[in-house]
Amino acid sequence: MSLPVLTRAADRRRFLQTFGVGAAAAYALTSLPANATVDAAKAFVAKVTGGKEPAMGKVTLTMPEIAENGANVPLTVYVDSPMTAESYVKAIHIASDGNPAPEVASFHLSPINARAEVQTRMRMSVTQNVWAVAEMSDGAVFMAKTEVKVTIGGCGG
Amino acid sequence: MAIDAKPRLKLPKTAAKGEVLEIKTLITHPMESGQRKDGDGKTIPRQIINKFVCKFNGAPVFSADLYPSMSANPYIVFNVKMQESGEFEFLWTDDDGSVYADKKKIEVA
Repeated sequence: MSLPVLTRAADRRRFLQTFGVGAAAAYALTSLPANATVDAAKAFVAKVTGGKEPAMGKVTLTMPEIAENGANVPLTVYVDSPMTAESYVKAIHIASDGNPAPEVASFHLSPINARAEVQTRMRMSVTQNVWAVAEMSDGAVFMAKTEVKVTIGGCGG
Repeated sequence: MAIDAKPRLKLPKTAAKGEVLEIKTLITHPMESGQRKDGDGKTIPRQIINKFVCKFNGAPVFSADLYPSMSANPYIVFNVKMQESGEFEFLWTDDDGSVYADKKKIEVA
């Protein structure tokens, strides 16, 4: 009587192994960040900069390499600028290429800020890149990108 | 739904003329993203602070447009170069139209 029970248990294990792994794989495939989110981030940057292609440089984006809690990831953006009436940072935009929506925040600055640095905290649903885009007073656009690995996503669900 | 939003500010009461101050701001607010579902599977409607403005003696010195990817209790730190004594005013605008405000005086010598 004990043998069939064992077999059933073994069957169940095998079923779970094959089906469980398959389901997990299917889930991973469907939930992989599609490039659509990268396109959405690009579209957001194009919208705020009026379509200007950002150059890399001048912007320093500091974030943790690994975020254990995606609900609260600190970030610091610093833009190398004299912040004078002749040359200053007009705006700093933060975008994400893995969250349900690409925009995070837009900060508006002027020479009175003297130091073009902003700190804040953002949500991250998955491991992804964060983009920091700086619009200068002369119309130039600079950008920095950094990847943050997320252990627990923070967009609810 | 009304939210009990409490502003918290960190800046000195006095500063030297020409000094660049770091101003730390936070407001307690859930920043409901509109992505979450309740126990019945219904989407919880979005309600966030969508705008932050800092004014000094009535003139805007810093502002921010915020989106659901901002963390709950939005925390924003920025700098202001002090030239004269006066009053800072901080304004946070909620999706429901409420504006939460706080003020801080500063002496510049």
